[in-house]
Amino acid sequence: MISFGMSEEQELVRDAMREFAADAIRPIARECDEAGAIPDDFLETAWTLGLTSTQIPEAFGGAGEERAMVTNAILLEELAHGDASLAIAAMAPSLFANAILDQGTDEQKQTYLPLFCGGSFATGSLAASEPGPLADASRPRTRAETKGDSFVLSGRKTMVVFGDRASHFLVTAALGDDLAAFIVPRDASGLRISDPEKKMGLRGLVTTALELERVEVGRDALLGGPEGADVLQILNVSRTALAAVMLGLSRAVLEYCVPYAKDRVAFDEPIAKKQSIAFRLAEMHIEQHATRMLVWRAASLLEHGEDATKAVWQARSYAAEKSMWIADNGVQVLGGHGFIREHPVEMWFRDARTLGVLEGMVAI
Amino acid sequence: MIDFRLTETDQAILDRTREEALIARRYAREFDERESEMIPDTLPEAEEFYANAAPLPKPGPEDTPAPVMMALQAMGSYWGDYSVRLKRPMRGGLGNAALGAAGTDEQKEKWGGLLLSMAITEPGCGSDPSRVQTTAVLDEETDEWVINGEKIFVTTGIRADGVVIWATIDKSAGRAGIKSFLIEKGTPGFEVPHKEKKLGIRADDTAAYVFKDCRIPRANLLGLDESIPKKSSGGFRGVMKTFNMTRPLTGAMGLGIAEAALDFTREQLEEAGVVFDHATGPGGLGRLSAAADRFMRLEALFEASKLTVLQCTWMAGQGLPNNMESSICKAHAGSAVRQITQGCIEILGTMGVSCEYLLEKWMRDCRITDIYEGTGEIQRLIIARGLLDYTREDLK
Repeated sequence: MISFGMSEEQELVRDAMREFAADAIRPIARECDEAGAIPDDFLETAWTLGLTSTQIPEAFGGAGEERAMVTNAILLEELAHGDASLAIAAMAPSLFANAILDQGTDEQKQTYLPLFCGGSFATGSLAASEPGPLADASRPRTRAETKGDSFVLSGRKTMVVFGDRASHFLVTAALGDDLAAFIVPRDASGLRISDPEKKMGLRGLVTTALELERVEVGRDALLGGPEGADVLQILNVSRTALAAVMLGLSRAVLEYCVPYAKDRVAFDEPIAKKQSIAFRLAEMHIEQHATRMLVWRAASLLEHGEDATKAVWQARSYAAEKSMWIADNGVQVLGGHGFIREHPVEMWFRDARTLGVLEGMVAI
Repeated sequence: MIDFRLTETDQAILDRTREEALIARRYAREFDERESEMIPDTLPEAEEFYANAAPLPKPGPEDTPAPVMMALQAMGSYWGDYSVRLKRPMRGGLGNAALGAAGTDEQKEKWGGLLLSMAITEPGCGSDPSRVQTTAVLDEETDEWVINGEKIFVTTGIRADGVVIWATIDKSAGRAGIKSFLIEKGTPGFEVPHKEKKLGIRADDTAAYVFKDCRIPRANLLGLDESIPKKSSGGFRGVMKTFNMTRPLTGAMGLGIAEAALDFTREQLEEAGVVFDHATGPGGLGRLSAAADRFMRLEALFEASKLTVLQCTWMAGQGLPNNMESSICKAHAGSAVRQITQGCIEILGTMGVSCEYLLEKWMRDCRITDIYEGTGEIQRLIIARGLLDYTREDLK
């Protein structure tokens, strides 16, 4: 049955996250961007929300609540409305944990899920993005070969969230013609982790590059066991999550521009009373609304285990295009103020372009 | 619960709509070319089709709510053709809705059986109906209204038995002076000069009316309220409220045409060996042809638009205020269908403009979507007012 009604629980989650984003995220967003780091005490505060452990079964130490991707998309939009870097950081542990939850063998769940149910911030990560022109996560250039009872991984990864502190990486690689993912501990021999990468946007969020030089892992490192895993599902989950982040950013830009345009006077009236500005704001509103519909649909299809690849592509590419367009117009509405760092819009503009080309940064 | 899956019953209903649409489409080109004629209410295939058709399951509370289905069915019908129907449903025109909303019980009783069109637009007034120039002057001696003016773009105007028009009883009063009057065909001074000649939806029944000293009984004023309210535009707002379901449906109609264009283009591209790979990520452009990438984006635009329409109708079904959403989805769809049909032609090249195929017709047909039921600009005005918390006076 087609329905657009949030459940009562989803409304509660949305409201709680909106409050958290306003109180704990937005106020420190600019300083994180300037410092290129997120304070540990933020990560610990975010950890108490139970964003990752809530959906881990009780048997592995979690709260055992239903795996609810639509709810996660709703909450991620709210967190990203505060700030994209901090939202991704808060949800980062789910990148690795949810992939294990959705695709891991019982043994893998037993081994790794309890890591994310402790009392303080702990994270793994997903290494899906690769450097170089036209790198496409669905066809990784990183390769895995079988060698006796183990796999040997070779390749390069980039934009790996929390590469500086993740205990494990889920590394995507081509295994013959198949798309596979391997669990690689951070101390694996042959794995080199770079210093934090410098990037145009998402500066607060630490990402690193990985270099895998004949990294040898055991049979049990193959996600999903001998049959392998549906790695595209993991990519789809993270692509939808990124779309939700871009949506939150879009709404942040819009909601910043509206009071600004009502306040800023030119030629004896607020610029919001001029159709060139008012219509632009209307268009921004239309597009963030349309993006939300696509994000909900992709998340809902994933949640029900339906074939979601096309819906995910649509949500991600639309969110990327429109969030960039909205941020670009946000800068224009603010004019000179859109260009100086006193206002957050220039940061959102950089973040939007960055988010649109990334993979595997965050999960729902 | 947020959900996007159709039930079996939903699907059966939409499958039926598709079968009907496929038959109607056979006649699409023919009636586009025979613009001056009226389309038959029933096609020759109808009798056999409905005799053999299995009864449709009855929707229950577990199925998609009726207003959402209405939008999906509209999309399905218009996917076949804008104007042609296997069997035209016997339902009233827009004027019947106005009679239902504003008429007295006696008036509803008297005219309820007629097919009524609605005439608001004039050669000099469209988006701003408060500029209506058609006048109604009361002749106290005969107890009659004397109507003078010209109305255009009257949907179902030829077929209708009568019309509800907007006319002013006091030009100086602006919107407050505008009243609705019912005029039956055949009343002296009421002329139906012609079916309009148009860019698209040529087969559709769109008429122009002229009223020259057309006299109607005093009791033909809908609602019988002759007073001119001061300041308040309550009645006007009432009329505007009816747009909250018609706007998403108008969007759905345009999107049905856009979907036809997408389906046709996809088929042609696949036949030409173009591959659409939705597993690609942001760096995946290197693996997509320009045609594939452009087409996939048009599909995403379509899906976004369709969802805004469905969400708006869903809200209507829940009894939630959907003023903003109805303008949002209408504005989005109005713009999307233009980009989609024009984009499909760009992708396919010459076959896009050849009358051998329907694509060129679809581009012409759906161009009206961003114009009627409030232009895209009017929708943006409404959205901006809502967003900025501005009144009509604040933002014009």
